[in-house]
Amino acid sequence: MNTVPDQEFAISAQQVDRNFGNLKAIQNLDLQVEKQRIYGFLGPNGSGKTTAIRLLTGLLKPSAGSISVLGYKLPKNAEKLRLKIGYMTQKFSLYDDLTVKENLQFLAKIYGLQGKHQHKRISKLLSIYGLDQKANQLAGNMSGGQRQRLSLAGAVLHQPELLFLDEPTSAVDPENRREFWEQLFDLCDQGTTILVSTHYMDEAERCHKLAILEAGIKRADGSPDELMANMNAHVVEVLSDNIRNLKNQLFTLNEIISAAQLGARLRVLVNKKVTDPIGFLKQLPMAEQIKQAQIVRPSLEDVFVTCTGEGRQ
Amino acid sequence: MNSFLRIQAVFIKELMQLKRDRMTFGMVIMIPLIQLMLFGFAINTNIRHVPVGVVDHSQTGLSRVLVQTISATQIVNFTQHYLSIQQAQQAIASGEVHAVLIIPKDVSQRLVRNQSVGLGSPPSSDEETSRPIAQWLVDSSDTMIAAAIKSLRNMPLLELLNKPPNRGTPTFAVTLLYNPEQRTAVNIVPGLVAVILTMTMIMFTSAAIVRERERGNLEMLITTPVRSFELMLGKIIPYVFIGLVQTAIILGLGYSVFAVPINGSLLQLGAATLLFIAASLVLGLVISTIAKNQLQSMQMTIFVLLPSILLSGFMFPYDGMPLAAQYIAEALPATHFMRLIRGIVLRDVDVFNMRFDLYWLLIFTLIGLAIASLRFKKNLD
Ligand SMILES: Nc1ncnc2c1ncn2[C@@H]1O[C@H](COP(=O)(O)OP(=O)(O)OP(=O)(O)O)[C@@H](O)[C@H]1O
Ligand SMILES: [Mg+2]
Repeated sequence: MNTVPDQEFAISAQQVDRNFGNLKAIQNLDLQVEKQRIYGFLGPNGSGKTTAIRLLTGLLKPSAGSISVLGYKLPKNAEKLRLKIGYMTQKFSLYDDLTVKENLQFLAKIYGLQGKHQHKRISKLLSIYGLDQKANQLAGNMSGGQRQRLSLAGAVLHQPELLFLDEPTSAVDPENRREFWEQLFDLCDQGTTILVSTHYMDEAERCHKLAILEAGIKRADGSPDELMANMNAHVVEVLSDNIRNLKNQLFTLNEIISAAQLGARLRVLVNKKVTDPIGFLKQLPMAEQIKQAQIVRPSLEDVFVTCTGEGRQ
Repeated sequence: MNSFLRIQAVFIKELMQLKRDRMTFGMVIMIPLIQLMLFGFAINTNIRHVPVGVVDHSQTGLSRVLVQTISATQIVNFTQHYLSIQQAQQAIASGEVHAVLIIPKDVSQRLVRNQSVGLGSPPSSDEETSRPIAQWLVDSSDTMIAAAIKSLRNMPLLELLNKPPNRGTPTFAVTLLYNPEQRTAVNIVPGLVAVILTMTMIMFTSAAIVRERERGNLEMLITTPVRSFELMLGKIIPYVFIGLVQTAIILGLGYSVFAVPINGSLLQLGAATLLFIAASLVLGLVISTIAKNQLQSMQMTIFVLLPSILLSGFMFPYDGMPLAAQYIAEALPATHFMRLIRGIVLRDVDVFNMRFDLYWLLIFTLIGLAIASLRFKKNLD
C-alpha cells in the first residue's frame, strides 16, 4: 500500500450520484478533503448530508461515480476501511440498555482492545468526555448532550484516522457545543481528519473548509473566508422606519437576492452584477424609505442564502 | 483470535441486554413452565367422563342397571334424561350432551338373546340374536369422542346378570411397551420440548437483527470490523443456554410432576437437543435477515411454528398424515427432533440408530447459517 495517487487527500470523490428510486439524493458530488482538517457539510434538512456520509463510509453504494477514502476505493474495500474510520451517526446508535461503560467495552472488544489497554483507553475516554460520573448509568437514561459525548467517545475509541460526525451537536446546548468543538480541535491536532455535518452556521464557521449542500447538490465549497470573499453578492444593512413594507418591495426586484429583517435593520443581499449597491438602492423608487444604508462584512449565513437561493426559485 | 474476541463481545452484550429485559427473561422461564402444566394436564387422549343422556323406553330395573354398568366404565357420565328421541337429538345439537343412549322397550329380551351373554337359549333366528340391546346416538364431529363411545360397543354385559364375565380369548395378545398405562403425558412431555424450543428459539432470534435495525444500532455495527458470522454466532450463543435451561425445566418437571421417565442417555439427549436448538436459532436468524420489522419477524415465526406443532407428530401421528404433509414435516427441524427426543427419552434408543434425523438437523443448521451470513450484508442498501 505505497503511494496511492490521491493519498494526499483523506477523502476524494468524483461525480458521485446516489438515487433512491426516483429521488436524486446526491448528484454530481465532487469532494476533496485534506488530511488533518475539519471539513464541514452545511445544509438544510433533507439536503443529503447523511446520505453523503453513508456513501463515504461505505454503508451505501453510489449509483455512479468513484469514491476513495484513505486510499481505499469504495465500495469495494469498505471492509478494510472499517478499522481506520470512526462514525458517529445522527441518531444515537449505541445501546440504550447498556451502561456507558458497557457500551465502550463492547466497542473496545469489537476493535480488538483487551485487558489493560482496554481499561486504560476507556478510563481516558471517560475523563476526556466528562463521563466518569456516568460510567455506570444506562445510556438510554442520559441527557441528549451526554449521549452525544458518549457517541463521540465510541467513535474515537480505536483512534481512527478519519472521523465522520453526522450532526454531532444537534442536542447540545451552546455552552457544551463550544466544549465539544474544543475536543474536535484536540482530535484534529492529534492528526485526525474530521468530516462533520451541521446546520448551524457558527459550527460551519469553525471548519477549515466546508461544502454547502442543497437538494443533493454541492452549491459551494472552500474555507469560510474564501466562501465569504467569493460570495456572489454585496451585503447591505439598511435602516428604515417601515422595514416590513420595504422588505416586501425589495423582494420583487431581480437584483435583490434576499432581504432579512434583523431587529430594526434589514440585511439586503444585492447581486454582485450591481457594481455600486448603495447607489443602486438610493435610486430606487422606494429610496425615500431608506434612512441609512451601509456595506457590511458578509457572514456565512449570507453565503448560505446566496448559494441555496437558486435552488428554491 | 480477534474474531473470537468479537464473537465474545457480541455474546456478552446480548447477555447484558437479556439480563435487563426482565420481561423476556421471565418468559424464558415461564413459557415452558406454564405450557407444560397446561398441556401436561389438559391434553388427554384417554377420553373420560363424556357427558351423555339417556332415553329409557323400557323403564325397568334392568335398564337402570345397564346405565350404572356403563357409568362404571367412567367413559361417560349420564347427566340427562330425555323422554323422546327428538328431544335427545336437540340436546346433542345444542351441545348439552355428546351422545345419547336409547334403551328400547324390549331390552330384557334383547339381552337374553344377545350372543355375548352366551346363554344359548332360547333358540332364535339369526336376525334376533344379532340385535344389539340398545343404541347410541353420537355427535361424531369430534372423532376422539366418537371413538370413545365406539369403544363401548363390545363392553361385556354378563355383570348385568350377576354372572362372572366370560373372558373370551382375544385374537391377538398386545404388549404395551414404554407406556403401558397409556398415559398421554408420556408422549406429550418430550414433544413439548420440541414445540417450546421451536417457539422460543425462533422467536428470540428472529427479532435479533431486526431489533438492531429498528433501534438504529445496525448503522453503528456495520461500520465496525465485526463480521456477519461473528455477529450471528455471538447473537445466538446465549440462546443455546436458554434452550438447554428450558429443556431441563420441561423434562425435570415432566419427571417429577407427570412421572415421565427419562430412559435414554443424558449425553445423547443433550447432543440431540443442542443440534435442534442450533437449527431453530439459525432458522430464526434467517427470518431476521428477511423481515423488515419486528411485526414481520413475528408473523414469519408463527408461519413456522404452526406446522411445527401440527405436522411434526406432536399432535397427530406422523404416519397418519397424507404424503404431501409428510414431505413438509420432513423439512421442519421439529419433526426430526420430535422423533429423536421421544426415541431417547422414552425408548432409550441409541442415537446412532436415528442418525439421519441428526444429519438433517446438522445440515439444516449449516445451510441456514450460510444463508443468514450471506443475506446479512454489511451495508444499508
Ligand atoms: N434509505 C432511503 N430511502 C429513500 N430515500 C432516502 C433514504 N435515505 C435518505 N433518503 C432521502 O434522501 C434525501 C436526503 O436525505 P438525508 O438523510 O441525506 O438528508 P440530511 O441532509 O441528512 O437531512 P437531515 O438534516 O434532516 O438529517 C431526503 O429527501 C431523504 O428523504
Ligand atoms: Mg441527516
